[in-house]
Amino acid sequence: MEEFAVILISSILINNYVLVQFLGLCPFMGVSNKLDSAIGMSAATTFVLTLTAMVSYVVNALILVPLGLDYLRTIAFILVIAAVVQFTKMFIEKTSPLLYRVLGVFLPLITTNCAVLGVALQNANKDLNFFQSSLYGFGAGAGFSLVLVLFSALRERLATADVPQPFQGAAIGMITAGLMSLAFMGFSGLV
Amino acid sequence: MIEVLDAKIFLIAVTVLVGLGVFFGALLGFAAEYFTSEQDPVVEQIDQLLPQTQCGQCGFPGCQPYAQSIAEGDAINKCPPGGQTTINAIAKLLDITAIPLDQEHGEESARTIATIREDECIGCTKCIKACPVDAIVGAAKLMHTVIADECTGCDLCIDPCPVDCIDMIPVKADITEWYWPAPERTAEILAVPQLSGNQT
Repeated sequence: MEEFAVILISSILINNYVLVQFLGLCPFMGVSNKLDSAIGMSAATTFVLTLTAMVSYVVNALILVPLGLDYLRTIAFILVIAAVVQFTKMFIEKTSPLLYRVLGVFLPLITTNCAVLGVALQNANKDLNFFQSSLYGFGAGAGFSLVLVLFSALRERLATADVPQPFQGAAIGMITAGLMSLAFMGFSGLV
Repeated sequence: MIEVLDAKIFLIAVTVLVGLGVFFGALLGFAAEYFTSEQDPVVEQIDQLLPQTQCGQCGFPGCQPYAQSIAEGDAINKCPPGGQTTINAIAKLLDITAIPLDQEHGEESARTIATIREDECIGCTKCIKACPVDAIVGAAKLMHTVIADECTGCDLCIDPCPVDCIDMIPVKADITEWYWPAPERTAEILAVPQLSGNQT
C-alpha cells in the first residue's frame, strides 16, 4: 500500500512528465487554450498512457528481453502505441459515441505524444513489474492531466490579462510554463 | 575490430518485429470488423436528401444532426433551403404524408449566394468563422471573398459582418444550372381512371 502511494506521488508530482522531465510538451502548449478541450485531452491521454504501459510491459518482458532484443524497444513500443491508440479509438467509437465525440480529435494526436513513449521506455529501463508499470503509466497520465488542466485555466485567465505586446500569445504561455516548472521543482525530495 | 555477427540474431530481430507488426495489424483488422459503429442507414439517406447548406435554420448545428433527429421522429418540415421538394422527398422515403414547410424556421426562397463588396471589406475574418462550409477566403486585415461554387446561400455570414458588405445575390438558373425537375409521383397518376357511363 505504501509502495502504491509512493509510485503515484512520484509520478504525478516529483517526476511530472511535463514540467520536470519536459516530455509531452506539444499537447501541453497546443491543447491548453480552452479548459474543455484540455480536460478531453487529459482523459484520453491518461487512458492511453495506462494501457500502453501495460501492453509495452508485456511486449518487453515476454518478447524482447527473453530474446535479447532490448535494442528494439523504441521501435517496438512505437508500434505498440500506434496500435493501442487506434484500437482505443475504435473501441470507444463503438461502446460510447458520446465519449468518442468529446475525445474524437484528441485520440489520434496522442500517438505523437512523446510522454507516452517516454513512460514505456522508462518503465522498461527501471525493470519494474507489471503492476508497478501500469501504476506508473496511470500516474504519468494523472500528472499530465493535472498540469494540463491547471495550465489551461491559467491561459484562459491570461487571454483577458493586459500583457505587454512583445509577450502576447505563445510567449507568455512559455513563461507561464517555465514558472510552473519552477514551482514543481519544489516537490523534489518529497519522497 | 569488426566482429562478425551471427546472421541468426538479425533473423530473430526481423522476425520479432514483423511478427509484432502482423499481430497488431491483425488485431486492428479484427477490431475494425467488429467495432465499426453501424450508422443508421436511414440517417444517411435522409442526410443525402437534405440540401447540405449547413445553415442551422432547423435548429440543429447542421444537416447531419437534423437527419439524425428526423430518423428519431422529428418533424420533416424544418428545412427552408430545401423547401417543399425536400419535404416531399423525405416523406416519400419515410413513407409518411408530406406536410407544408414550417414558416417558423424561415421561408422558402430562390437560391442565393453570398457576395462580398470587396472595397468595403475591412478584413475582420468574422464571416470566415461564421461560414459553415468554409466558402469564404481571406486573412486578417486583408480583403475576403466568397468562393461562389462552395457557397450554399445559408445567410449565416450576414449577421456577423460589422460593415454590412455582404449581399445575397439570387442565382439565375442558366443553361448550366437548370435541370429538368423530376416528375412528381402524385396519387392522380397512379389512380385508376374513372370509368365513365358509356363503357361497359
